[in-house]
Amino acid sequence: MSMQIATSLDEVLAALAAGARPIAGGTDLVVGHRQGKAPLPESLVAIDRVPELAEIADGDPLRIGATVTHARLMTDQVVVDRLTAIADAAALVGSPSTRNVGTLGGNVMNGSPAMDTGAPLVVLGAEAELASADGIRTVGLDDLWTGPGRTSATAGELCTALVIPARPASSGSAYVRLEYRRAMEIAVVGAAASVTLDGDAVASVRVALTAVAPTIIEIDGLEGLTGRAIDDDLLAAVAEAASEQASPISDLRASDRYRRHTIGVMARRAVDAAARRAAGESISVPVNRALGIGAAA
Amino acid sequence: MSELVNLEVNGTTYPVQIALDRNLSGVLRDEVGLTGTKEGCDDCECGACMVLLDGQPINSCSYLAAQAQGRSITTVEGLAEGDELHPLQRNILATGGVQCGFCTPGMLMSAQALLDRNPDPTDEEIRIGLSGNLCRCTGYARILAAVQATAVELNSTSSS
Repeated sequence: MSMQIATSLDEVLAALAAGARPIAGGTDLVVGHRQGKAPLPESLVAIDRVPELAEIADGDPLRIGATVTHARLMTDQVVVDRLTAIADAAALVGSPSTRNVGTLGGNVMNGSPAMDTGAPLVVLGAEAELASADGIRTVGLDDLWTGPGRTSATAGELCTALVIPARPASSGSAYVRLEYRRAMEIAVVGAAASVTLDGDAVASVRVALTAVAPTIIEIDGLEGLTGRAIDDDLLAAVAEAASEQASPISDLRASDRYRRHTIGVMARRAVDAAARRAAGESISVPVNRALGIGAAA
Repeated sequence: MSELVNLEVNGTTYPVQIALDRNLSGVLRDEVGLTGTKEGCDDCECGACMVLLDGQPINSCSYLAAQAQGRSITTVEGLAEGDELHPLQRNILATGGVQCGFCTPGMLMSAQALLDRNPDPTDEEIRIGLSGNLCRCTGYARILAAVQATAVELNSTSSS
């Protein structure tokens, strides 16, 4: 086995072109290796010391480098203020030690349908920037995730950043997750919402769901809610659409019926919290704590 | 196939000849010879293997030793000054926060990282700071008390 510690993107892309695989925090790769799920690649290139991959750039679009850690996402002022659902999600990942080394790009490219940052990225309209020795392309997340643990990126491509359009005024977002405990937990189900308001009425609403389908999915058909007030009828319509469009599995953590019901509850709570943030209310990160989800301390 | 890797642990550089797929906790214990760091779940869940990498807690069971080259590693052996216990160590003994002791090194490293970045944490912040560390002797309340006592002690020392 070989390990190269890269300090520039060019070095990383050359290594990938020569057959190496990238490692950042190793929280999926090394854990999978230790569990015997998948052997480590023969050739690794460490990408966690490449400065250009670790930048958060404000602007239109906003750009979050792939190796920005969850610990930074949950405290960075740009993310907390304007991409709040991502901060909500990052704050729920693993434990402090996981969040110190785990990265946004790693979460996205691991392709788990239970990834916490995925649904927030979808509702914020993020695209993944993929670079290789041949050039750079951006790809929508619905085209990136092709199944559990699978992406459309080629072996020579590295996710270098997530690119997000600047947020309109009167916008808010939130990510809510059903969890049985407050740390070292994987989403039972989760929902992210982004809401833009025009006065008291909905100008746009997007909702995406975690751990209820082979990939993160966005709820279809919410355009009909435009112009309506955020009230119980609207939240009930969101919950119903989420439960209908989910196709959850049963496993040791929850049955499919339980997931189908609770995804509706999470979706309505996410829209409610996103709308309250859009209206200027301050709800601290992660919104799960304000809602009292997870076992009491 | 093995390679020479230099690891800086508690301020000392240790050259070790290791296979590059080895985890940091195993190398610390078996090659460097510092067995304070424990291996519990080997699955990034229990926190017994917690060490600091450039001051931040990481699960060393799930971190490749080769990737720690050029960074500064702190283990529980790096807390005490000679025979003088670190205040966290003294307080966790005083509060009875040590029972079987297996989780203790990891707890101390998480607590140390927390107090380094937040010298006056709330109870909730301490719980979050220690949320990656499991204790199976149900000693959490006394561990929390040890961190609280250390924070009070450090703050009174720094303000006097």
